[in-house]
Amino acid sequence: MISQFFVLSLRGDNIVFRDYRGDVPKGSAEIFFRKVKFWQGEEGEEAPPVFKVDGVNYLHVKVGGLLFVATTRVNISPALILELLQRIARVTKDYLGILNEDSLRKNFVLVYELLDEMIDFGYPQTTSTEALKSFVFNEPVVIDAARLPNLGPAALFIQGTKRVPGTSVTKSVVANEPGGRKREEVFVDIIEKISVTFNASGYILTSEIDGTIQMKSYLSGNPEIRVALNEDLSIGRSDFGGGFGGVGMVILDDCNFHESVRLDDFETEHYLTLVPPDGEFPVMNYRMTQEFKPPFKVFPVIEEAGPFKGEVVLKVRADFPANVTANTVALRLPLPKTTSRVSFELEAGATGQSTDFKETNKTIEWSLRKIVGGSEHTLRAKLTLTQERNVNIRKEAGPVSMSFTIPMFNASKLAVRYLQVVKKSKSYNPYRWVRYVTHSNSYVIRV
Amino acid sequence: MNADNRKGELAELKAQLRQLAGSRAPGVEELKRELYKKVINYLTVGIDVSSLFSEMVMCSATSDLVLKKMCYLYVGNYARGHPDLALLTINFLQKDCQDDDPMIRGLALRSLCSLRVKNLVEYLVGPLQRGLKDNNGYVRSVAALGVLKLYHIAPSSCTENEFPVTLKALLLHDSDPQVVANCLYSLLEIWSMEGNSSEAALREKESLLSRNVILSLLNRFKDFSEWAQCLVLELVSKYVPEDAQETHDMMDLLDDRLQHANSAVVLATIKVFLHLTMSMAEVHQKVYERIKAPLLTLVSSGIAELSYAVLSHLHLLVLRAPVLFASDYKHFYCRYSDPSYVKKLKLEMLTAVANESNTYDIVTELSEYAANVDVTIARESIRAVGKIALQQYDVNAIVDRLLQFLEMEKDYVTAETLVLVKDLLRKYPQWSHDCIAVVGGVSSKSITEPKAKSALIWMLGEYAYDMNDAPYVLEGFVQNWAEEDFPEVRLELLTAVAKCFFKRPPETLKILGSALSYGLADANQDVHDRALLYYRLLQHSVEIAERVISPPKQAVSVFAGDQSIEIKDRIFDEFNSLSVVYRQPSYMFLDKDQRSPFTFSEDTGSSVLGPQSPEREDLASDYDTRDNELLLGAHEKEESRAVSNGSHGFSAPKSQTSQHDPFAPRSASPTQTAQPARATAASPQATVSSSAASPLLAVDDLLGLGPSIPAEPAPPVPQLKLNAKPVLDPASFKRKWGQLTVALTVEYTFPAEALHGLTGPQPLVRHMQANSVQCMASGNAPLKFFFFAQLSDAAPNSGFFLVELVVTTSSGLASAKIKADEASMAPAFADSLRSALSKFGP
Repeated sequence: MISQFFVLSLRGDNIVFRDYRGDVPKGSAEIFFRKVKFWQGEEGEEAPPVFKVDGVNYLHVKVGGLLFVATTRVNISPALILELLQRIARVTKDYLGILNEDSLRKNFVLVYELLDEMIDFGYPQTTSTEALKSFVFNEPVVIDAARLPNLGPAALFIQGTKRVPGTSVTKSVVANEPGGRKREEVFVDIIEKISVTFNASGYILTSEIDGTIQMKSYLSGNPEIRVALNEDLSIGRSDFGGGFGGVGMVILDDCNFHESVRLDDFETEHYLTLVPPDGEFPVMNYRMTQEFKPPFKVFPVIEEAGPFKGEVVLKVRADFPANVTANTVALRLPLPKTTSRVSFELEAGATGQSTDFKETNKTIEWSLRKIVGGSEHTLRAKLTLTQERNVNIRKEAGPVSMSFTIPMFNASKLAVRYLQVVKKSKSYNPYRWVRYVTHSNSYVIRV
Repeated sequence: MNADNRKGELAELKAQLRQLAGSRAPGVEELKRELYKKVINYLTVGIDVSSLFSEMVMCSATSDLVLKKMCYLYVGNYARGHPDLALLTINFLQKDCQDDDPMIRGLALRSLCSLRVKNLVEYLVGPLQRGLKDNNGYVRSVAALGVLKLYHIAPSSCTENEFPVTLKALLLHDSDPQVVANCLYSLLEIWSMEGNSSEAALREKESLLSRNVILSLLNRFKDFSEWAQCLVLELVSKYVPEDAQETHDMMDLLDDRLQHANSAVVLATIKVFLHLTMSMAEVHQKVYERIKAPLLTLVSSGIAELSYAVLSHLHLLVLRAPVLFASDYKHFYCRYSDPSYVKKLKLEMLTAVANESNTYDIVTELSEYAANVDVTIARESIRAVGKIALQQYDVNAIVDRLLQFLEMEKDYVTAETLVLVKDLLRKYPQWSHDCIAVVGGVSSKSITEPKAKSALIWMLGEYAYDMNDAPYVLEGFVQNWAEEDFPEVRLELLTAVAKCFFKRPPETLKILGSALSYGLADANQDVHDRALLYYRLLQHSVEIAERVISPPKQAVSVFAGDQSIEIKDRIFDEFNSLSVVYRQPSYMFLDKDQRSPFTFSEDTGSSVLGPQSPEREDLASDYDTRDNELLLGAHEKEESRAVSNGSHGFSAPKSQTSQHDPFAPRSASPTQTAQPARATAASPQATVSSSAASPLLAVDDLLGLGPSIPAEPAPPVPQLKLNAKPVLDPASFKRKWGQLTVALTVEYTFPAEALHGLTGPQPLVRHMQANSVQCMASGNAPLKFFFFAQLSDAAPNSGFFLVELVVTTSSGLASAKIKADEASMAPAFADSLRSALSKFGP
């Protein structure tokens, strides 16, 4: 049972505030914000999502540059409240198309409508986007997605073999499109986040893929959908003992499913059956530690190069097919504290690359707008150091961390064989989009 | 927006609303919507728009649902503060409760119940009764929670109308799962609160755990929303199945919940599984195996906040079954993208799962983090290495790491490493040669942090035999005495120099002399006292001094600070709750009753304590913990001595080490350590933590080789007579409190039955009055009192005793700080205070 729910901007402004129980004194939002901003008295320290001040428990999640907060006085399940906050954020996004401070401010009355139905007297009620439709009467004021910087998920899918309408994932479930008709379409996204740690000799220490099959449906009449996955898929690594499964076999460690998914034929036929509710939701989350080929190899060299001098060479190789292109690639390398100046040397004819030396944390950053599969790029940097001898230069630098996004690629080889919309009428043929994308989660190369 | 502006805008809004109220012009609804939005926006940002109440209500006669809902929202926000105006809304809400559209009926009923106005209760009963019988599920579900709202406003009206009985029937038979869930929420809350006064209600609450209720809920389990599933699972976790078969059936039914994408459902299911199988050791073990993979999947599902909640639970499970996760340690390696609160938990996981087979890997990984750019995590990583070292048998590899850490030559790494080495040595003295070799290479100049400095100095003193240049390094520190800002370092230095002296007298004699004279001249009372103590000891006999200051140490087997098994079990009982995240059972952080305003106003409270006293207390308590650690470590009796020195205005530190001071008067009884858990275990008894104040001799007199005088025995306690009706105004109290220093502290543990009477401050206030002790102010949560009393034959404005008493209701521990105009009378007053407290009963 929660006492209050509120949404704060990162500056601490109340955008939405709802008191359900009246047992938490006024000013809780200020108390919360001060605590979060100066956690343990320091700016920049990150507050944990659950803490207490004066007998009031504060739970929060950060979504879309906003703080979704609940307060309570009872010993509640923290997972439940955090899931609920996350859900409120997602439902709101379903209705507004985009979730950010601007869209929330323009639509706060609609958000109150949603909140009224999602929580009553502090207890969670209906949180399904679909069921809530009949209670929402405000028309969403849709924020123009084009005006936004391309940071949202929409930006991920611009590239790739199939052109997908850019507005698709920022579309409200209730807003009508120009022309009044709604387009019948369903999106299935396979989103993978990969974590790899290489040791100094280039061997993989740990690797893991955390994936989600995410669905967003704009289909009317709630048709049943069948999502067929790889035929050679198996779940539970222990059944095979390491490396028994044949080449190309996809072995997931574990997975979980959305409420609506029926698994009757999953074991034998490897497909998921569901009647998708409106809005965006994860059909299945999975985790894989089976070996896979990391998309990038990085070769860092850091050496002493005479008195007061050091040299860094960063080479990155894209180990994926040439028809795939990674974008927004960045590599970061912390340097010894004694570094005072860095001069960079990019390869001849480099385009879309930039370099930076961050004085405050002595880190070099190398950004590449895109990297085509199979290609190789090198950065050289000369360091000026304030210390004459630097025998330990390698020990004081690193590790390299890398971030990237690779559309239309997934490292796990998990695939949607087909996406079937079961409907009686033969003429019914909605748009079906299956998209893949791989993000770096934690891609670390030690030196 | 400044106040004038705002006033103007509100007036304008008011006028506009009034104009629109009667209008039927086309487009008027649109205009109203805009105005309403403005009002709601003000309300959100915290501007008081209650002055528009009547206009808002007037405008609400509309069929436009958007408008209606905004109006409901507005009314719900202000009705409680304006009960008379709220009456205005009753009419239209009641009418809406009978609308044809079930949605409007539901909305109106919910708003009606949310008004929270006591004198409108009579208007609630009828609509609620109809609502519970409504043919629409939405309306019934609103009504089911409406009953709970009614209970909060007027409990008697709720029970007299038999609402709980109706809810119980709906709970078992309603077709709508949300209605069932809301009935359950309401009944659980109502019967819990009723249960405080009524046996019958408690029985009713118990009946929710009966077999037929549980089975009826489980039979339709999949119909419930995920949130309602969590509620039902929580209830089921308290159910005791009839036999093993039933347990297995339930687990079969719920098994697929472990694959749910919602972590709250998974954790609730795990709680059921763990609690159901408590008495079936083998199955219980299998449950751990079963839940491992789903939990790890949730941890890596990508939402950091949820990872945190799940990891907290994993940590609890790991402590219970460390072997189980030992092979999964790689899952707890930190990721670049993890926020620091997740990283910290992961480091704790790594220390918890470390065993012989994986230690090497884990320590290697942790050593990587030590070089991390994130200094906080780097520090925590080194501490984690230390913890692993302390729990493992093979320290060899770890000593190698330490060498590496020190080679990194980063200040904070060196600092943390030194502290770690010190702890290692206390547990494994046999490693001293290797460790000392490492430490010997550290340049004392590069260490700035007090904790690290203290650690290094401690090692120099303790291992003066092994470290060739120990006296000279110490000499360097002593010469910089004046620049050393932290008293804890100076204290440590005194002890280390003394210990070094016993081991290598010729080299250290001179240094000891200057350290003692610096110490005696030190402005810090604690440092001064310790120097004085050593000085006297050494004068008396070097041999005894050595026995006291540098006795042979026993290796520490367990460091203090680990929670007791009992507390861990209680947290486990509260699986899937905040207790797990806070690592405290709920009784430690929930206040039982709602907070009542603290009658002692905030600013008075802080100024009363005075600017310097909190600081002092902090320092003193710092030493306490350090000393306790030492005490526990050396397996010695906890007999620390607290000398309180009223006349000189300092509460001296609990004496430095655990060693017995042959000259000190033994205090009447051992001082309780400040840990509440232990205090609870202690039988009710009072302890006076100080003997009479012994006059301090002038420092120069002592330096002049005066006779070493053992402290005088406490003077006989004079008989105390208190003025039955003393007069002291708050301002004088405040002033006195600021001027006087704490003469004595008294601890007393209330027996359980007396504790029942302590639901608020009033009973104790009356009780103390009867004992001639008056209350100046009191507060609830925590229970805190300021008392005063006066000697019966004292002149006006003298002979006062001031007391600050804080009662921890969970443990019954009361601790009092006594200040007195006449410090010599304080012990006598303490006795009478104690006896007055012990007479308190329900």
